[in-house]
Amino acid sequence: MHPIRKKRLITIAIILFVLSSALGLVLYALQQNINLFYSPTQIALGEAPQNTTIRAGGMVVKGSVKRDANTLDVVFSVTDFKHSLQIQYQGILPDLFREGQGIVAQGKMLSNGVFSASQVLAKHDEKYMPPEVSEALEKAQNDSTPTSSSVNDY
Amino acid sequence: MNWVWFHKLGSPKWFFQWASKWSTPVFYLGLLCLLVGVIWGLVFAPTDYQQGETYRIIYVHVPAAVLAESCYLSLGVAGLVYLVWQMKMAPIFIKSMAPVGAAMAAIALISGAIWGKPTWGTWWVWDARLTSVLVLFILYMGIIALQNTLEDVALANQAAAIVSVLGLINLPIIKYSVNWWNTLHQPASFGLTKKPAMPMEMWLPLLISLVGFYFLVAGLAMWRMQSEILLRERRSQWVKEKVMNDGV
Repeated sequence: MHPIRKKRLITIAIILFVLSSALGLVLYALQQNINLFYSPTQIALGEAPQNTTIRAGGMVVKGSVKRDANTLDVVFSVTDFKHSLQIQYQGILPDLFREGQGIVAQGKMLSNGVFSASQVLAKHDEKYMPPEVSEALEKAQNDSTPTSSSVNDY
Repeated sequence: MNWVWFHKLGSPKWFFQWASKWSTPVFYLGLLCLLVGVIWGLVFAPTDYQQGETYRIIYVHVPAAVLAESCYLSLGVAGLVYLVWQMKMAPIFIKSMAPVGAAMAAIALISGAIWGKPTWGTWWVWDARLTSVLVLFILYMGIIALQNTLEDVALANQAAAIVSVLGLINLPIIKYSVNWWNTLHQPASFGLTKKPAMPMEMWLPLLISLVGFYFLVAGLAMWRMQSEILLRERRSQWVKEKVMNDGV
């Protein structure tokens, strides 16, 4: 390779390397700002800021959803399988909201340890399958021992 | 190793002749694949167990997002080639490809918003994946602006090439954003080393649609490069002769 071109190539490589390292360090330092939500564990350990609007995310605990018969009030728990967090919300939940599904809620921690949400978003995992396959899988799972049940991503 | 083909690519005249042979068939092959993939995906592929019919926007959203990143990768390589080897064709490629890539990023963002509303419950959220793709779109806009506003062609070429190369850093951030941070966007359904997270009757039309997008973009880029070559080489003998003979 021509020495001038070689020099240019090395210069660009060095600039790219330095810039990406710098950006990498910045992104690492800002990690908590880039994360969209706090997990129930982070909230339980007090890593989430108090008295301000935050997002909390986790998987809706099976059997925890309680709807009020007369209003749109709903209470449910989310978990990251280490800690769980109770969330109260008033409004219409997204179609994909269901037990065992990942959600992200925006709101504030109340003094009684309940998270009061003003918005609830549903997450879905990266798996797609026809309904028949899903039913067959569920059936197979229910027939087998509980240890083989898989935990969904949230 | 024989590098003749590579050096030939650097000649606008040779590239123009090569592209005039291939651009149209490549474009229509892409259009055909796209039609087959999208119709198959929208009409014949099975519904999803969670999202029902809504997931079908994947047949446009995923190919557009993949192409937005692939186009940017090609811009970065072209930028590097220009900065190191000063090849004439590289800025022609960057100028022709940038709007196509920007369109792909826009399609990915818009189709993602349309998909997000019924599934997540929101059009937009500032999570790492969505934001990094928005940054990709803005990078495209920056490159287009530099190429079109700087009157000194050499300076415009240089500036666009530098932004193209530096913007490459964003690509791994987009790719791994869903793994490095908590995001609303789900992790990748596909990977080179893992099985697809959907059955074949769902991913096959997606693959055909993706191939269609690649060919379509290649055809579009070749067309745009042809006109850019004619514009930049308008004072050369072969362009004058061509215009005199064909009246192009």
